[in-house]
Amino acid sequence: MMLRLQAVDAAAIERARRAAPVVFTPPWRISLGLYAVALVLTGLAGYCLWLFNASPLRIWNGLGQLGTTLMQMFPPTAGEMFWDFMAAMAQTVGMAFIGTVVAAILAVPLGMLGARNVLPNWLARFLLRRSSDVLRGVDQLIWALIFVRAVGLGPLAGILAIIVSDTGTLAKLYSEAVENTDRKSVDGVRACGGGPLLGVRFGILPQVLPVMLSSVLYIFESNTRSATILGIVGAGGIGFFLSDRIRTMNWEETSFIIVLILVTVYLIDGLSKAIRTRLISGKVAGGLTGLH
Amino acid sequence: MGASQALTSKVPMFERQFQQLQSQRRRSTLLYGGIFALALLLSAWVGEFNPIKVIEGLPRVGEYLMKTLPKLGIHTLWHDLGEWFWGLPKWLKLLWETVLIAYLGTLLGTLGALALSFDAADNLKRHAASYWISRRVLEVSRTVPELVFALIFVFAFGLGPLAGVLAIAIHSMGGNGKLFAEAVENIDMKPVDGLRAAGASWLQTVRFAVLPQVLPNFTSVTLWRFEINVRAASVVGFVGAGGIGQEFYTAVSRLYYEDISAMLILLVCTVFIIDMVCEKVRHRMIGKESLT
Repeated sequence: MMLRLQAVDAAAIERARRAAPVVFTPPWRISLGLYAVALVLTGLAGYCLWLFNASPLRIWNGLGQLGTTLMQMFPPTAGEMFWDFMAAMAQTVGMAFIGTVVAAILAVPLGMLGARNVLPNWLARFLLRRSSDVLRGVDQLIWALIFVRAVGLGPLAGILAIIVSDTGTLAKLYSEAVENTDRKSVDGVRACGGGPLLGVRFGILPQVLPVMLSSVLYIFESNTRSATILGIVGAGGIGFFLSDRIRTMNWEETSFIIVLILVTVYLIDGLSKAIRTRLISGKVAGGLTGLH
Repeated sequence: MGASQALTSKVPMFERQFQQLQSQRRRSTLLYGGIFALALLLSAWVGEFNPIKVIEGLPRVGEYLMKTLPKLGIHTLWHDLGEWFWGLPKWLKLLWETVLIAYLGTLLGTLGALALSFDAADNLKRHAASYWISRRVLEVSRTVPELVFALIFVFAFGLGPLAGVLAIAIHSMGGNGKLFAEAVENIDMKPVDGLRAAGASWLQTVRFAVLPQVLPNFTSVTLWRFEINVRAASVVGFVGAGGIGQEFYTAVSRLYYEDISAMLILLVCTVFIIDMVCEKVRHRMIGKESLT
């Protein structure tokens, strides 16, 4: 059938409206539901604003103050602290790297056992999964605060915090990858007389390795970002200088540190992207990229 | 016969080629393995990480965590639980505030992301300038950690949840904006062409050709962002930006051991409930099949 645009006139629209009324006006139940949802959402937002004392005057004054602060941030300067900042930034990246590597290794057994097709016992799996959920449910900074109390100030507390929170995350990502594998290669290994362990090694591991690597790279990127703030609670890295410079209102050095963080994060992201394309060569479509 | 002979004469060539490939591969494995080991050593050095310190530190972590657990007697269980959770009304109020900070932050951030992401998408860009600016704004606001914004906003807007809300909003705007723009870049362009041909303005095109295609994805991303923001809102209190973080920080630094574990348990439960509710909503709204 040919489509003739000039044939669409008021009468044609009227006919279409009669033929398919739902397209033109959705049923009242749906539109009422949408209005109700919108009303609840805005109502809750209004309640929040009231609860948090967000009066227009306060916001206006705050914006003014923020503007002044932003003006004072230019030009970013490091002063005499340039090399101290650089060393602290290197420490941040080092913490993220070592934490990610250790977490990536620790998460392998947890992730494998947490997958339905490896460990069919639901109770053991349930316990494993819930415990890694607990590790994930608590923010990294809370772990850092606890570890600073336990092992003292310094990067070790930060590294431990990264390890603990990301072992949980990686274990979950690994289990999901393992559950998405094709069962047939395991059957093949088992049919040739391989035990369950060999089944995992030669049947599942080759399938999930690219996904696991991709997850680890993503976690490394995310850790580089989060490690920059661990120093706020004294767990090593650039965060200490950053919070100190903000508290003492040293805005030029603050903006220098922020720019330093931005540059480092871009470099790490670029590096990680290069490794990803090299090692995995696009086998895993970027399902994980950008989740931060 | 002749063919098989020709094949046999080629065997040494295959062998040679195989060996060449193998040694090439071995060399690159050695090279990258060396780089990896070097990076690891370097990280351990700048991160002041050594296994002896870790082995010494781990028992202290265990001791610390044990100290936070209260003594519960079987006969006095009810009473002991009451002692343990003595601050329950106050803590629940703070947790409610935490969830509200995450809610308002997510809402404002998502609105910001909606405003910028269509401009930041490759396939819908209006002017080179608006494309460039929106991309840079999204990048910066996603790369700078929430807590850094929180520190600055506490200075500008004063102590309290408002600073936390704004910090989370800015960071969510960056994170969601990137994912939104990616979703927009993956749409089917035919409806857009159709509307453009019919003379629709840019805004009308976005509303009627783009939004219906990306709405399920946007909703899913936003719900997931809310889950993340609940975790983030639990730590903005460390720098005085509201929520349960402030109370937790005080408990840790004043060594109120049992309060630490009580608040952690409440926090983990809250995070679990929020995650579960979000999962339910997601499944209801977009159906199982469109969840990738």
